[in-house]
This record gives sequence, structure tokens and C-alpha cells, in this order.
Amino acid sequence: MHLKYESQLREPLVNGDKNYHQVTEDIVRPIEAKPSRLWYVGFYIAVALLLFGVYSIYRDVTYGIGQWNLNKTVGWGWDITNFVWWVGIGHAGTLISAILLLFRQGWRTGVNRAAEAMTIFAVMCAGQFPIWHMGRVWMAFFVLPYPNTRGPLWVNFNSPLLWDVFAISTYFTVSLLFWYSGLIPDLATVRDRAFTKLRKRLYGIASFGWTGSTKHWQRHESLSLVLAGLSTPLVLSVHTIVSFDFATSVIPGWHTTIFPPYFVAGAIFSGFAMVQTLMVIIRKVFQMEDYITLGHIEAMNKVIVLTGSIVGIAYLTELFMGWYSQNKYEGYTFWYSRAYLFSPYGWSYWGMMACNVLSPQIFWFRKMRRNLFVTFFMSIIVNIGMWFERFVIIVTSLYRDYLPSSWSVYYSPTIWEIGFYAGTFGLFFTCFFLFAKYMPVIAVAEIKYVLKTSGENFKGKMDKLEEEGVEKFAHDHAH
Amino acid sequence: MAKKKFVVGCFDDEAVLFPAVKKVRTSGYKIHDVYTPFAVHGLDHALGLRETSLHTAGFIYGITGTATALGSISWILAKDWPLNFGGKPHFALPAWIPITFELTVLFSAVGMVLTFCYLCQLAPFVKKHHFHARATDDLFVMVIECTEKTNADDLKAFLASNGAIETDIQVAEEGWWLGRYDKDEHPFQNKQTVVA
Repeated sequence: MHLKYESQLREPLVNGDKNYHQVTEDIVRPIEAKPSRLWYVGFYIAVALLLFGVYSIYRDVTYGIGQWNLNKTVGWGWDITNFVWWVGIGHAGTLISAILLLFRQGWRTGVNRAAEAMTIFAVMCAGQFPIWHMGRVWMAFFVLPYPNTRGPLWVNFNSPLLWDVFAISTYFTVSLLFWYSGLIPDLATVRDRAFTKLRKRLYGIASFGWTGSTKHWQRHESLSLVLAGLSTPLVLSVHTIVSFDFATSVIPGWHTTIFPPYFVAGAIFSGFAMVQTLMVIIRKVFQMEDYITLGHIEAMNKVIVLTGSIVGIAYLTELFMGWYSQNKYEGYTFWYSRAYLFSPYGWSYWGMMACNVLSPQIFWFRKMRRNLFVTFFMSIIVNIGMWFERFVIIVTSLYRDYLPSSWSVYYSPTIWEIGFYAGTFGLFFTCFFLFAKYMPVIAVAEIKYVLKTSGENFKGKMDKLEEEGVEKFAHDHAH
Repeated sequence: MAKKKFVVGCFDDEAVLFPAVKKVRTSGYKIHDVYTPFAVHGLDHALGLRETSLHTAGFIYGITGTATALGSISWILAKDWPLNFGGKPHFALPAWIPITFELTVLFSAVGMVLTFCYLCQLAPFVKKHHFHARATDDLFVMVIECTEKTNADDLKAFLASNGAIETDIQVAEEGWWLGRYDKDEHPFQNKQTVVA
């Protein structure tokens, strides 16, 4: 007989009096019900944004990226800022599903499925920027190393930009496989409950004929564990490689060895903030308060305050090195272009400091960590701050380079750069609305797996075990 | 494809299922499979299934990826078309680590997922016999294969005495075929609570 016991000191992961069927019922209900008016409103806004983005890209391809305000000095502007921003957001999902799985953090079960979906959509958005930034996008296949008739002219495997191609596409593929292989059993649950023919058929196709056989579950567990083990270094490598795009150059402000850990911490920071934004909404709209509890929200806020403080230390270290290195170019970039409030882009640096370093410190207070309004507000603030961070890194390092004659006039985006960014929001939320409507937003099978250890009603029954002495407990329950 | 006769027992608690599995096995019956709504740890051992070797396959795919990356990059940059990047060595191993790592992960993950789908016969449009619609909801469904010597009614009673809340005899195809789920009869559908 299995003994399932978890300390009473741990908060329940599932609130309320639930059994297995109730779990299915609660999570699958939104799929089977008609979407609310709010869903339609949100969905149409997202599609409208997406269409605006498509039009912006159409103009980009037709007229070239000259319609952006980039120039020779500021060659990377909003596009690469947005790319790094979206990729960073795309780190939380795999972090939650992989690293927290290896660390045996039970609370990941409530949020992992939606966070993984978010990851995939965020990486899709991120990928748009380098692709359309190519300008002649019909030449995009030149980044692929294949034997061609131009020599063969191979790609440069020593270039961080090519590492990026491999890193992002591998990350997208592996995240997608991880997400979908976890989703198969849950789609089978939806299929077996379906009471319309169309739903039965479509979920029948999507669930790949899953039956729930013990052997299949055994392999599924092994697959999840190994994919988690692979994704853990992968998720760290991806943002490391993104940071190499900057760190391997010789631009003051980019040429920094601190970048890989600093970027990874920032990515986790912004990713968790986006997860919070979505979770606060999802738990409310789909009435999932029992599964995404305040305990889940609090745990993620702890990660936010930790990673926020790590990036804070990184910012201060950079400033220190800007002075300590006694390199006048470094000093100029860090102490004038960035930290001096009245320099042309000083506002963005201090916006970043306020949003990323100062404001998350509010989460040292338990009351604030468990406050939904504060959490939601802060999650937005953090993502604004992380956008500023990438903008600061890219633009303040570029606009005044070594040669004053090529210093740029003030760079600000055109409507089409903004439109492209808005379009990726549209893409992200269109995908997310569809996901939330047609797929289980919480991992049904995984919740059932932790239900008897961490469900509120089952934990209640463990009270008397707490009172037993350790020896008696071990004696009674040893195999 | 030949159909076989199965006795099906449904349990609603894994704590009841485990002793039942043990008893059924010691009584000499052959358990075809147990279908569960989630991964019940230890059930594979209770059923006497061997450990899966999927992770070994993953390792082999991984080193294939490593070898592919290192092999092709070194051939391309050091042999086929050596380019001079500021006089640096053609064989620039440190610069190849990122892509080598990514391809290792990629090969391993893709290979493992494909192997998993192949071993479990999972693919779009694949159809299998489902012994109970609630096996993906809240029931643990034990399926025992009947031989010519099996007395199915005795076995049903035996399962019920070991805590099965529902027992049944089904003649079914044990493999997979291409099919559609909406063409099914759903013998258990009316027992489900339907909430829209």
C-alpha cells in the first residue's frame, strides 16, 4: 500500500473538497462551455492587433526596413529589443516545467501547462523580429547550413548570430514537444468526456489514441523526466546565447562577461511576471482559484523578488566596473549615456531601475506577495522594466559610439516599428485565447497525481499522523 | 485481426487497486493492462513490467547529435571551405560548443518523442479499443485476458470481492487501427455527468 504523506506545514496545492472526477470537471468545464462575452472581446482585440502587425510587416517587406527609424549608428532598435524581450518571457514556461520538476516543487503542477503554452507563443513572437529584420526575408533560408550551388558557401558557425538561430529553433522545438507530450493524456480526458461528435473526432485526432495504459504512463514519466533534464541546461543556454549576441562584440556596454547569468536571471524575472499576469486573469475568468491558489502566486512572487534582486546586483556591478576599469569608453556609456538622468536616454535607465530593482522589493512582505492586485500590477511593471532594460542595453550602447562624427540623432521608433510590436502582442494573445478555450489550461493528470498528497481535504486526514512519534510512524508504515 | 475476450474490473481508489493487482497476479491470471487517469507510481512494478529503456535511447540520440554537429562543422570550416576570420584557427572548437550543445539536445528530444510515440503507438488518427470511458477521468481499469480455461463469471466475482466497483466482460481488438472516435459506441457515456 502506498503511503502518501506531506507535512502540514506545506500549504495545500488544491483547495476544496475534491476527488479525481471533480478535478476533471473543474478543469475541462471551460472547454465544454460556450466562451463568455469577455473572451470574444479579448479575442477580437487580439486579432485586430495581429492584423495591424501583419500590415506593418507587409509594409516592411514592400518598402524595406528603411521605414523603421534605424540608421547606421543605431542599427538595432525596437526590433531586437522586442526580440530579446519576448525570448526572455519565453523562459518561464520551461523553467517551471523542467527545473521545478527536477527540484520536485509540487506547486509547478498548477501553473506549468499554461506557462509552457505561454513560452511557445512568446518564442513564436520573438522569432518574428530577427526574421523580418533581415529585410530581404525571402533570403531567410541562407541561415541554414545546406550544401548549395553558391560554392558551397556555408554559414559561419563561429558567429553568435548563427548560434542564436540554432538556440531559438531548438528551444522552440523542444518546448513544443515537451508541452504537447504532456498534453496528450489531458486531451484524451477531454476526448472521452466529449458529448458532441465534432469534439470527439477532433480531440480523438489530437490525443493520438492515448489510452492510459500503465506501460505508456511509465514511458511517459521517463520521457518527461529526460526532457526536463535536457530542457534545464537548454533554457539556461538559450538566453546565454542571446547575451552572446552582445557580449562577444566590442561595443562598450555590450562587451561584458557578466551578461550570460545576468540575462538568464532577467529572463526568468520577466517570464514569471508574464506568467503572473496571465494566471491572475485565468484563475479569475475560469474560476480556477482552487488550483492556482494564493500559495502558487506567492511562490512565483518569491522567484520574482529573487531574480529582480539578481538583475539589480548585475546593474550595480556594471556601474562599478564602468568606473573601476578606468576605461573611458565604458565609463562614458555607463555613467553618462545610462546613469546620468539628463542624458538623452537617461530616462530609460532610471525607468528600468525603478521598475526592475526598486519596486519588486515590495515582495519581501508576505501580505504583498499574496495580494492579487499588487501581484497583477507588479507583473505589468516588471515587464515594462524588462523592456526598458533591453532598450537601455541596445540603444544607449549604440547611439554614441567611438567616433563622435557618427553619433546618432535621437532614435525613436516609427509607427510601423510600434505596429510590428503591437502585432506580436496580437499573435501572442490570439494564440493564448485559443489555447485557453480549446485546451486544458491546467495539467489535469498532474493535479490528480498530487491530489492525495497535497489536496486540502486529503491533507486534513493526515492530522493524526503529525501527532505520532517518528519511530512509531516508521514502524507502522515501513514496507 | 483477431479479437480477444477480456474481463474488466474498475477501481476508484489506487489504495484498493494495489492489493487487488497483487491478488489477481498471485491467483495466476494474466493482467493485460491497467488503464489509469494519471501515472500511478509503483504500479508498473506491481504489474511486473520491466523498466523502460527510453532514456537509453535518448542518450544514443544525444551523442548522435553531438557527433553530427562536431563532424559537420569541423568538416565544413576546416576542410571543405576554410575561411580566414582574422587569422584565427580554422579548427575553433570553443566557438562550436553552443551549436554542438543545441544539436545534442535537439536530436535527443526529437528522437525520444518519436520513439515514445512509436513504442506506445501514438499518432494522429490512431484508434484503440477503450475498455472504459472513465479510465482517463477517475477510474483505474484493470483488464484481464481470458484464456480457454478462464471462467469469466468467477473472475468477475473475484474482482468484485477485491474492491472493483464495476465489472464487465468485453470482446475487443487489442491492437490499434486507423479510425475515428466519433464513430464509436459509447457504452459508458450515459453514466458520465455532463456539465456544459
